[in-house]
Amino acid sequence: MKLRKYALAVSLAAIGTLGLSFTLTAPVHAQAKPKAQAAAAEQFFPVLVYRTGAYAPNGAPWANGFVDYLKLVNAKGGINGVKATFEECETGYATDRSVECYERLKNKGGGATAFQSLSTGATFALTEKAPIDKIPLITAGYGRSESANGAVFTWNFPLLGTYGVGADVLIQHIAKKEGGFDKLKGKKITLVYHDSPYGKEPIALLQERAKMHGFDLSLLPVAHPGVEQKSTWLQIRQNKPDYVLLWGWGVMNSTALKEAQATGYPREKMYGIWWAGAEQDVKDVGEAAKGYNALTLQHGAEPNAKVTKDILALVHGKGQGTGPKEEVGQVLYMRGLISAMLGIEGVKRAQERYGKGKTMTGEQTRWGLENLDLDQKKLDDLGFAGVMRPIQTSCLDHMGSSWVRVHTWSGSKWEFSSDWYQADEKVIRPMVMLTSARYAEEKKITPRTPEQCKQ
Amino acid sequence: MIYRENGQFKTSYAADQQIFPILQDRWAILGILVFAFVAVPLLADEYLFRAILIPFLILSLAALGVNLLVGYCGQITLGAGAFMAVGAYAAFNFFVRVDGMPLVGALLLGGFTSAAVGVVFGVPSLRVRGLYLAVATLAAQFFWDWAFLRIKWFTNDSSSGSVSVSNLSFFGFPIESPTQKYLFCLLILVVFALLAKNMTRGAIGRQWMAIRDMDVAAEVIGIRPMYAKLSAFAVSSFFLGVAGGLWGFVHLGSWEPAAFSLDRSFPLLFMVIIGGLGSIMGSFFGAAFIVILPIFLNQMLPWLGALVGVAISTAGVSHAEIMIFGALIVFFLIVEPHGIARLWSTAKEKLRLWPFPH
Repeated sequence: MKLRKYALAVSLAAIGTLGLSFTLTAPVHAQAKPKAQAAAAEQFFPVLVYRTGAYAPNGAPWANGFVDYLKLVNAKGGINGVKATFEECETGYATDRSVECYERLKNKGGGATAFQSLSTGATFALTEKAPIDKIPLITAGYGRSESANGAVFTWNFPLLGTYGVGADVLIQHIAKKEGGFDKLKGKKITLVYHDSPYGKEPIALLQERAKMHGFDLSLLPVAHPGVEQKSTWLQIRQNKPDYVLLWGWGVMNSTALKEAQATGYPREKMYGIWWAGAEQDVKDVGEAAKGYNALTLQHGAEPNAKVTKDILALVHGKGQGTGPKEEVGQVLYMRGLISAMLGIEGVKRAQERYGKGKTMTGEQTRWGLENLDLDQKKLDDLGFAGVMRPIQTSCLDHMGSSWVRVHTWSGSKWEFSSDWYQADEKVIRPMVMLTSARYAEEKKITPRTPEQCKQ
Repeated sequence: MIYRENGQFKTSYAADQQIFPILQDRWAILGILVFAFVAVPLLADEYLFRAILIPFLILSLAALGVNLLVGYCGQITLGAGAFMAVGAYAAFNFFVRVDGMPLVGALLLGGFTSAAVGVVFGVPSLRVRGLYLAVATLAAQFFWDWAFLRIKWFTNDSSSGSVSVSNLSFFGFPIESPTQKYLFCLLILVVFALLAKNMTRGAIGRQWMAIRDMDVAAEVIGIRPMYAKLSAFAVSSFFLGVAGGLWGFVHLGSWEPAAFSLDRSFPLLFMVIIGGLGSIMGSFFGAAFIVILPIFLNQMLPWLGALVGVAISTAGVSHAEIMIFGALIVFFLIVEPHGIARLWSTAKEKLRLWPFPH
């Protein structure tokens, strides 16, 4: 009996030392490798994913699309001959694990190119770290709205759209339905949002719009992970708002739709952000979600796009696919794919300046992302015709474009139901400038001047 | 053989009452301190600092706080995360709203605020105990989660509820690089650990333990339960508040209320239970177990898989990590219900009799 305890203590100590020596030596290995591989020219993309946990159903297709696109790039010969390498790290949508993953991957494979965390909470934490490590953060369709101002947020790239854009377009669309902004007066609009930095991002803009047009905005938060919404929808039944805006993620979206069905709130009056408009959100609800609308970050489900077919042929066709084949072309899969494409194109643009066929550092990639210019021809070549519109970034505009469409669930698939919208610069720009100036003041950052931008 | 106290005579009360009465222990602790302060900054790289050592130090401090309350005073709490949150947000408000507030001042004021809040939420402990008290402290968790999400004043009217700090310094030294952060956390931890150790050896610690072991008997011999229990809540919350401040200021830099949710409270309680209730040493063991093991498993499994030529998917690793971690917790609780600290002291006992333990 006592011998056993003794043996246990010894083995415990052995495990401890083994563990310590492993963690001590592991980073050394990671640092030793890139030197040996530098000859083959590789570009390392860290991939922060969540394939487990409450948000896995939505996180997994995004990750699969992201990784599949990197594989497609390699199948087509790399980025001007430079092979794209990647490593996944599981975050579980938790901020602290995301930070750990960031620290783990930032020096691997010759240095991380750009981080994409797919979490607004993590973006807040990483925003503080990226300038020190000189690694750009791409937050396509999420992140902090004010980071569109690249003069202050040098390293953040909320490409394609921010939540400010999303909220603005939703109000525009509703105004159009009602027949003009003046008709919004006295209307009741309710925002049901995920109670996290993600869900709170649009509030400021909605309040601004509410002041401008005189509609009545009420805010209903839903706690993580969002399966408990009975009281929220009870309030909606009592208030009978004219429109419900849904700022949900993961299981919260399908729960909201089920609750809407249960309380009899018309789904046609519900509008989701682009993170609440994927197959995963409506699939379980099926026919009952018919008529539900959501924004699209330019693209919807794109089963017929050229890039989708390329993936099926060159990646899945060779047995290299990351996820199930049926997923290719779905909304969130495409979102991941586009996110990866933007990172790759940033590197490509940087190579034009710093030397083709070379590995780009984070700093060089940042320049590439800031001077991104994807015109229609380039997009067509990449196979993104019809998937997205041209995008052009600059020092002051890290967002690039703000085109948004609305799509509607028909009961079996997503169909576009509106024209293209663009966020109203007159509303968004002053807010972005104001909040980013406040951030700059808090952090004692001097915004870059136009001259510094040219460097 | 080496670890033997023969010939070490105590000739004064001071010698008899010191923290480490055995010479070898004193040397070992001194060695560990020198190692931590001098050797680690030279050896460790940035990843080790930021992802492992700094969280370990801060959570050790938090575990110390929980141990004082749960392990020494016997009052179960599930609101540890809430007190960390109070400390972090109070420190943030002092730091942002008061001009020229030094970092240490903000952290300590955050700790005192947390202590005051701890006393208020400790009041139910005068009437209810055990599991019922755990449920009562859960109220603190939910209340403060709600407060920091809803009341904009606490977050300095930040639109998304996420707050951030920067430009930290300590008596003129900047706290920016991982090494500086590590040393700062280590310094605070050493001071607080010494404080905790001495408190538990002194009158107040004895009162707590008397309350823990049998509160009726303690009352009979003249210990005031109200004073003992509430002081335990205050001191524990103070520790947790400072730890929360460090977690927000030094480790995360930018945080939201979710950083101190119930998911933070439970691991803190587990740390104390696995590490050893009523043991300062145990707090460190528990923190190491909970902080380092998941990350270690997460990195080791793909490496092991590669060794035998199997690629494990990211999701697979994550699932395996949770399963192995859970299994290990159960294993330790079955093999040694008194925690890793007890294993440690058993090993020490054996060493004293080595090579002929009986």
